[in-house]
Amino acid sequence: MHGLINRSIERFVRDTYGRDVWGAVMRRAGLDYIEFEAMLIYEDHVTRDVLSALSGVLDRAEQDILEDIGTYLVSHPNFEALRRLLRFGGPTFTEFLHSLDDLPARARLAVSDLILPEIELREHGDGRFSALCRGKEAGFGHVIVGLLRALADDYGALAVLEYKGGRDSLEIVEIRLLAVEHASGRSFDLGVGAV
Amino acid sequence: MKIPDDNAEHVDGSAMMDVLCPMHAVLDSTGHVVHAGPTLAKIFGNTPLIGTRFAELFEIKRPRTDGSMRMLLAMAGAKLHLRMRGAQRTHLKGVAVPLAPGAAPEGGALIDLSFGISIVDAVRDYALTSSDFAATDLAVEMLYLVEAKTAAMDASHKLNVRLQGAMIAAEEKAYTDTLTGLRNRRALDYVLTRLSEAEQDFALIHLDLDYFKAVNDSMGHAAGDHVLREVARIMIEETRSDDTVARVGGDEFVLVLKRVTDACRVHDIAERLIGRLSRPIPFADRFCTITASAGSVLSCNYAHPDTARLMLEADTALYAAKDQGRGRHVSYSRSLRNDDENLGTAGAEVSACAACGGDTEV
Repeated sequence: MHGLINRSIERFVRDTYGRDVWGAVMRRAGLDYIEFEAMLIYEDHVTRDVLSALSGVLDRAEQDILEDIGTYLVSHPNFEALRRLLRFGGPTFTEFLHSLDDLPARARLAVSDLILPEIELREHGDGRFSALCRGKEAGFGHVIVGLLRALADDYGALAVLEYKGGRDSLEIVEIRLLAVEHASGRSFDLGVGAV
Repeated sequence: MKIPDDNAEHVDGSAMMDVLCPMHAVLDSTGHVVHAGPTLAKIFGNTPLIGTRFAELFEIKRPRTDGSMRMLLAMAGAKLHLRMRGAQRTHLKGVAVPLAPGAAPEGGALIDLSFGISIVDAVRDYALTSSDFAATDLAVEMLYLVEAKTAAMDASHKLNVRLQGAMIAAEEKAYTDTLTGLRNRRALDYVLTRLSEAEQDFALIHLDLDYFKAVNDSMGHAAGDHVLREVARIMIEETRSDDTVARVGGDEFVLVLKRVTDACRVHDIAERLIGRLSRPIPFADRFCTITASAGSVLSCNYAHPDTARLMLEADTALYAAKDQGRGRHVSYSRSLRNDDENLGTAGAEVSACAACGGDTEV
């Protein structure tokens, strides 16, 4: 798994629960280092081991934690850069949803060896969508639920997100858009992020 | 870009162009702006565009032009490099085409503009949003890419800095004698290779402690280690920061003094060093008494300094110093080589300061 993903989990745990909890998670996962390097590649089992250790240490279901990670990635000030990159997907939440299909390609454009699961958006009318996630590892769908919920907030849209289950490598997330402009979202200036 | 609803059924030419090319301008036959796309109007703010000559708004930098309509039309289809006149002086790219015969204004031209590589600054300077670009324009993707690559480069840079720090620490460890903190033989080889590659002059002193084994045997290893650390401290004090002091064996040291070409100066340094090392070193409630013998060579005495030969001949000088009764320094000279051959007969003739006698040519 790409170090960026492991590093995101690390930052989530450290920013939310503190350094000590993170140390306990890494020890429980049987790893003899304490920090992930964002730009290195780790073996896939490392991510699985860390998530399962995290679930044990926090005594919480793994899927709830994954959902929290999705929310954290969009809403925490330490991840402002990622929020901005996501907001390039479109000026409205609806347009952002339409750009979901491009998400893995956008990620690859930024970091060529970062492989994200494929996402396919299906539109059912009346503001109802479903996102189909196909990846090597199950669980990404839960991250998407948290991430889209936080992004809807960010855009000022009102949306209900629901994990509709998964089979094999396919996970389905249902999106119901109740109001496109429910509240004023956070601002996004095209030009402020670049150096 | 959204087509205004009331025009949706019969979009006139300029409204269509506003959607497709929001940074275009229509010029009349005299080169005055008669229409400007919405984004072009936005970047000029309060500056009136309609009725102003295009050449007063923009300088066409390349190809060279006098700003006349005739020349602009002559460059139809070619890539233009322009600069906005006024405060921002933003650089733009453009292309002009003559209007079709019969289209108003007669004899006019349409010119479409783009920010090109100055897009990042322009978006910030003019507070542009994605709706200021045509839906097919790659500007927003370009901005995404700039930001994403900057973030990725930043992460890579941090990794590089950390790796470099780890590398330096590992190298430092690999080049350091752990007991004394002096350089080790590997570091010495590296320094000597670098100096001879750079054809830089230096003096090399090979120094060996005398009576160290006795201290170790009679007072224990702790005393021996203490003596070695004290010796290291004295040698560091007696040399400059860019000299190299290496421990190359149990009680053997090599000093490399950069830019030193004077044998008398080396002799003075070595004698002073030996003098300090000969003072008793306190340990616990006792004193450890040692002294040192040293032999030296100067790289400037060799046409092609070969580090192995320099080490060997410094060693020869060191053993001459030991033969002469220890606690002294001998500069290498050719006569010592003869001594090797007639060992035991001519040794006594070599003065402890052969260097000062001038017999240093090799």
